[in-house]
Amino acid sequence: MKIDVLHILRIIRFGGKNIWLHKLRSSLTMLGIVFGVASVISMLAIGEGASFEAREKIKELGSNNIIIRSVEPPEESTSQRTIMRVYGLTDSDLRKIEVIPSVEKVIATWEKKEDIWYFEKKTPGRIVGTTPDYAEMTNLAVRPGGRFINEVDVAKGKSVAVIGSSIKNTLFPVNDPIGEEIKINSNYFQIIGVIEAKAFSKEIGDFVVEDINFDVYMPLSTTRNFFGEITLIRNNFWNRTWVKFHSFVVNVSDPNKIVPTSSLINQILESSHKKPDYEILVPLTLLKQAEHTTKIFNIVLGSIAAISLLVGGIGIMNIMLATVTERTREIGIRRALGAKQKDIIYQFVTEAVILSASGGFIGVALGVIIPRIVSKFAGMITIITLWAILLAFFISVAVGVTFGIFPARKAALLDPIEALRYE
Amino acid sequence: MKQEKEIIKLDNIQKTYILGTLELNVLRGITLSVKDGEHLTIMGPSGSGKTTMLNILGCLDKPTEGKYLMEGKDISSFRDDELSEIRSRKIGFVFQTFNLIPQLTVLENIGIPLFYQGIEERFIKEKAFKLAELVGLVNRINHRPSELSGGERQRVAVARALINEPILILADEPTGNLDSKTGEDIMKLLVRLNEEGKTLVVITHDPKIAGYSGKTIRILDGKVIDEN
Repeated sequence: MKIDVLHILRIIRFGGKNIWLHKLRSSLTMLGIVFGVASVISMLAIGEGASFEAREKIKELGSNNIIIRSVEPPEESTSQRTIMRVYGLTDSDLRKIEVIPSVEKVIATWEKKEDIWYFEKKTPGRIVGTTPDYAEMTNLAVRPGGRFINEVDVAKGKSVAVIGSSIKNTLFPVNDPIGEEIKINSNYFQIIGVIEAKAFSKEIGDFVVEDINFDVYMPLSTTRNFFGEITLIRNNFWNRTWVKFHSFVVNVSDPNKIVPTSSLINQILESSHKKPDYEILVPLTLLKQAEHTTKIFNIVLGSIAAISLLVGGIGIMNIMLATVTERTREIGIRRALGAKQKDIIYQFVTEAVILSASGGFIGVALGVIIPRIVSKFAGMITIITLWAILLAFFISVAVGVTFGIFPARKAALLDPIEALRYE
Repeated sequence: MKQEKEIIKLDNIQKTYILGTLELNVLRGITLSVKDGEHLTIMGPSGSGKTTMLNILGCLDKPTEGKYLMEGKDISSFRDDELSEIRSRKIGFVFQTFNLIPQLTVLENIGIPLFYQGIEERFIKEKAFKLAELVGLVNRINHRPSELSGGERQRVAVARALINEPILILADEPTGNLDSKTGEDIMKLLVRLNEEGKTLVVITHDPKIAGYSGKTIRILDGKVIDEN
């Protein structure tokens, strides 16, 4: 007997007919595979989306950077409230870090949260006093028509500001903000640029990250002039904090030297800071951590999905075994009329594959829809890759073959004489 | 009459089943031959071994001892798939219980033996249609077996037994599940086919059926006891 494409198509058609004959049973059996495949695709999409988000955020921090931030240390004793809390990064820290050979450049910032006004409109914002290289080092893009602060602004301490996109959207929903003046406290600052919007996630690893779309960038000299270095915090008391710099962005051009440099910086700072009033953030390490987390995440999700596919496969095997018993007589007839054992195997494996592949097909459709719903309602980024779809569908077909072979073999090995007499 | 060519020759066929420690000699040396165009009846009471005879003649089972020559070739030691091939090309079965596949239509049922020869579907359909015509079921071709009467079902089975142009039609109690009038019709159909040249072997316990044939072999306890 020759096996040609037409013959295979015929086997598939007859198999399909048999499955159609038991619509309810077949669709219930398919459900296992449908959910298995849908969960494989959804979970891969969610995992992929999560790792994409993390990678983007870390890239935003600059993977060649080391970020050092001032952290308010825990209070030593509650009985004696200090009027002024002094902590964080200092000028001497800056000088010490600058001279490390592997360090290309260090940029300092000073930050303060304030309300930003434009006539009667107001938005919360964060003032960031810094220097011109900040934009390039932290991958900020200024929208066309505007610019970032430059050396002249710094040298003259000009009252200029570059605003984040959320501030622009709130204060200037329609008009062009360039050249307009915003008011902070009682001072006016002219807007010279707007930063392109950036995707925002609250946390990277253990670090809380500010939404930079609410930032207002100014020359460090300007913030010194207008806001000083002391910040007044209004809680139960009038608390004041004196922080010289809120962060340093340290650029290291050689990626291999980033981690050693960060430990060197840590040693330097440890020797001069008695209190733990700073933290060091290495985006490259975070990136590696994120990749590792993604890997574990994918393994866990993949295992869950694999188990559901396995259960689906067992369901198929179960129903195929029942079908074989139920159709023992038919198998006997076919054998008597000239079907070889392999013909019987083809027939039942084909039926199992039709079941699992149809389940797989529906599962793919569902697996494409579910991540969108997740994105919409949970606000997570999900990415469906073609690779995931093909993988899931291929697995569903493989499940059909694997779990179809045992029942099919059982059918083929039936004694034709016994099978013919089966009632 | 052209009864010269011997198409089947059984030579001292024995079949022994082993049930635990018990040896059951169902066939104890059967020798017979079937000539081309012959109508042979094998008759015997239940337990005489005639079902085993049918299984061996139909290549569903292998003899324990002895030779089975089909068209001069010894097939008694053929492998399972070789026997399938012989069933597919050389033998047409008609069973007592019809043995149609319930989910297939009449036309599809008639075509099954050719399906396993890998023959093109259009050709199978044409041929199955012609045979449906021959057995008088043209208006039933798209029905399923459950919608047919017993006699109609057996006619479908006869048509199916003819589609692969076998050298031998093997009928096992073909009238056993039919009333006498319908049974008579089926026997007339089979006899007509025999007269047109088909070799026919009928296995039965019913002397009336034996009356249709030219030659009857009686078996009892696994042996031929009478031949005429």
